[in-house]
Amino acid sequence: MNKQVIVSLLLCLPIAYSNAATPVAEKILANGLKVLVKEDHRSPVVVSQVWYKVGSSYEPGGITGISHMLEHMMFKGTDKHPAGEFSRIIAENGGDENAFTGQDYTAYFQTMEASRLPVSFELEADRMRHLHLLADELKKELQVVTEERRMRTDDNPQAKMGEHFNAMAYSNSPYKHPVIGWPADIANYQVEDLQAWYQRWYAPNNATVVVVGDVDTKAVFALAEQYFGGLKPSEIKPLKPQTEIEQLGVRKMTVKVPAKLPSLVMGYKVPTLTTAEHDWEAYALEVLAGVLDGGSSARLSKELVRGKQLAVSAGAGYSLITRLSNLFELEATPAEGKSVYELESALKAQITRLQLELVSAEELQRIKAQVLAGAVYERDSGFYQAMQLGMLETVGLGWQKADEYVSKINQVTAEQVRQVARTYLREDHLNVAYLEPQPINGQTQNNNKKEEK
Amino acid sequence: MRFYVYSLMLLLFSQSLLATAKIDHWQTPQGSRVYFVRTEGLPMADIQVIFDAGSARDGQQFGLAALTAGLLDTGAGQWNADDIAQRFESVGAVFGAGSTMDNASVSLRTLTDKALFDKALDTMQVILTQPRFDAADFQREKSRTLAGLKQQEESPGDLASIAFYKALYGDHPYAHPDSGTLATVTALTEQDLRRFYQQYYVAANAMVVIVGDLSKQQAEQTAEKLLANLPVGQKPAELPDVLMPKQASQQHIEFPSTQTHVLVGLPGISRKDPDYFSLYVGNHILGGSGLVSKLFDEVREKRGLAYSASSAFIPRLKAGPFLVSLQTRNDQTSQALQVLNQTLAAFIAKGPSEAELVAAKKNITGGFAMRFDTNKELAGYVGMIGFYGMPLEYMDNFKQRIEQVTVASITDAFKRHVDPALLQTITVGQRGK
Repeated sequence: MNKQVIVSLLLCLPIAYSNAATPVAEKILANGLKVLVKEDHRSPVVVSQVWYKVGSSYEPGGITGISHMLEHMMFKGTDKHPAGEFSRIIAENGGDENAFTGQDYTAYFQTMEASRLPVSFELEADRMRHLHLLADELKKELQVVTEERRMRTDDNPQAKMGEHFNAMAYSNSPYKHPVIGWPADIANYQVEDLQAWYQRWYAPNNATVVVVGDVDTKAVFALAEQYFGGLKPSEIKPLKPQTEIEQLGVRKMTVKVPAKLPSLVMGYKVPTLTTAEHDWEAYALEVLAGVLDGGSSARLSKELVRGKQLAVSAGAGYSLITRLSNLFELEATPAEGKSVYELESALKAQITRLQLELVSAEELQRIKAQVLAGAVYERDSGFYQAMQLGMLETVGLGWQKADEYVSKINQVTAEQVRQVARTYLREDHLNVAYLEPQPINGQTQNNNKKEEK
Repeated sequence: MRFYVYSLMLLLFSQSLLATAKIDHWQTPQGSRVYFVRTEGLPMADIQVIFDAGSARDGQQFGLAALTAGLLDTGAGQWNADDIAQRFESVGAVFGAGSTMDNASVSLRTLTDKALFDKALDTMQVILTQPRFDAADFQREKSRTLAGLKQQEESPGDLASIAFYKALYGDHPYAHPDSGTLATVTALTEQDLRRFYQQYYVAANAMVVIVGDLSKQQAEQTAEKLLANLPVGQKPAELPDVLMPKQASQQHIEFPSTQTHVLVGLPGISRKDPDYFSLYVGNHILGGSGLVSKLFDEVREKRGLAYSASSAFIPRLKAGPFLVSLQTRNDQTSQALQVLNQTLAAFIAKGPSEAELVAAKKNITGGFAMRFDTNKELAGYVGMIGFYGMPLEYMDNFKQRIEQVTVASITDAFKRHVDPALLQTITVGQRGK
């Protein structure tokens, strides 16, 4: 009974708050650039992000990773500003800046004292259409990206397993290849490749500008018009769908790398908010992920890490905001004396239980409470809010989905969770990778050296 | 930098809530210090209790402080780990406990609605005052720590860092890794943890940080409630001073990675060192300012030798490290190391140019508002001010202190604090490849 009271309190509290919060304002310029503004006057700061609809899932074979490479080259100068100027000007204005590339997007951001927003707009508008791609700069930056790949993937056993796992799990979906690209592709980018990629995707009608902070919406729209309004749009040809074919049976692999601990990754093919036939299926999968791994009281921690002590760590993950269907993943590292196979059985037993039994009211209430609280906590960060809007817009769902999230999660029932477990977490659509540690000491491996020369 | 994984980026990104954040400070009847900042607009609060109980207090039992903090929420009062997790998560609260070299902290992020807030706070209070350290929980968490220690051995970066601290600090309590070693953690017992808890988790050794939408009275009650049942105890003795290494050294660890991790440095400064601002601004120019620093320019922009190249002073209660680091393809290690050392030596010899100093000041002061524009960042700042005993006006005076730095003060401070003849160098990777 006590719980009922608490949950009903939660249900009204943040929603009441969200009604009072500033709404998002949208304006589309004549050249197709979409501008989103969310005022947040808690501190005299502004976050400005430019999102392009291009990422590794847009890339054909042979030039994988080129979106990420181009992201690096975007700091290498324009007609107006030579290489290094961009960062120097932002720094001089007290700004922080960076950029990131994912499967479905490439984004650039600055955070600055609110009055400096024009500085950011001027520079971003300039490099949206006037980038200088020089062979010498590419040559150096290619080395940098190769070092980045070594650091993130090649020398990290878990990351390496993840890369091999995706390559196995997807048959024809472009989610098959890594965001940073395959080594042979990285080594062979030509300036023309980057030029063509830039021409094809970097245009106002393929971008969204998101501004969150201590600004006046009308003034931001006027600034956007002033700096971005004159940019020419491009003809953006639609992407081919590359819809993943149906998987016809479980796939398993072993990844042998120098490491100390064995581990396990499992992934079921599932739809996302973009590809699900009904929205509720994606929200039900999100809740299902929370049942397994929404904190220390969730089933994986409670039953596998503590309870049976089969794992030193265990997790589940699902991203509902992606352009294409993806994987519902489970990851775990066995406890001393336990094998990856015992752990695999235990994880599968968890899935079976979700298919047979309804999740308890207590679990559903806990997840809903966390989601409601999370909606308040995330307002603490302007950057996070901008990120959410930019991502939703860029994968094609529309930023309006951000406002629906809490209520959609609230509507998910125990029956729906069981139903998506039955429909999508099927053995025939499962992929499994085992990391099998190889000795580290006294061993030298230089297979990875070949690509470098 | 230019990350393609956004979660990492959020770390880089530091922001600033109230340009005029007013810190309220008082002591509880038991002598714990309380630091409170009221922020409005969001019905939430961040609460932290910090103890001088980090790994520097491990003695010879390396890993003791970390495991003690890690055990707190696995059983307390009448609740086991499941009950505790359920109590927090059912009200949407986020709880954490952990330790660094200098301190141990217990933190809570919660909504401020009374029913939710009270349940979260009650739970935190019991965790702080009645942890159980049950044998079964202890054995499990110990095994998990040992697994984590094994995993460090597959990371060239982790191995380099462990060797670096050992080279800098010798027998000082900062020398060992805060999660301990396989041998020392294996030898720990739950009785050791209980003793450590009883000695260090006491009111006289505690401080509280509260940032959020609470009244002063609510903040007073919160601090009072959290700590009232802790024994007063006493503050631990001051840590020993750090001795500088007697000479430069170079150590290589062979590892089958594609890159070599390079760390160069020496013991730097304590948080209260009068040279802090000169070294901070100087280091910002040398290697602390991300995409525009001298090291980044020399190593990455001019030569493409590494993805990241940076330097930092990490001030602690006693002299924390000055650290320069990069990672590069194995066969480029000596070239990269040479560029690193030349860049550092030139900076120590000549200091920055006037133009570089002006640009750095503009960046630091122009971005001042972004240093604490979220509750989370603000709580971090206030915690630092409280734990290291900085003046309450620290944030108010920050810009002025930055403006007072000169080329001469930077050059002078670097000469006194960074002697190239004492630099410790660690490389981890494949030699001659």
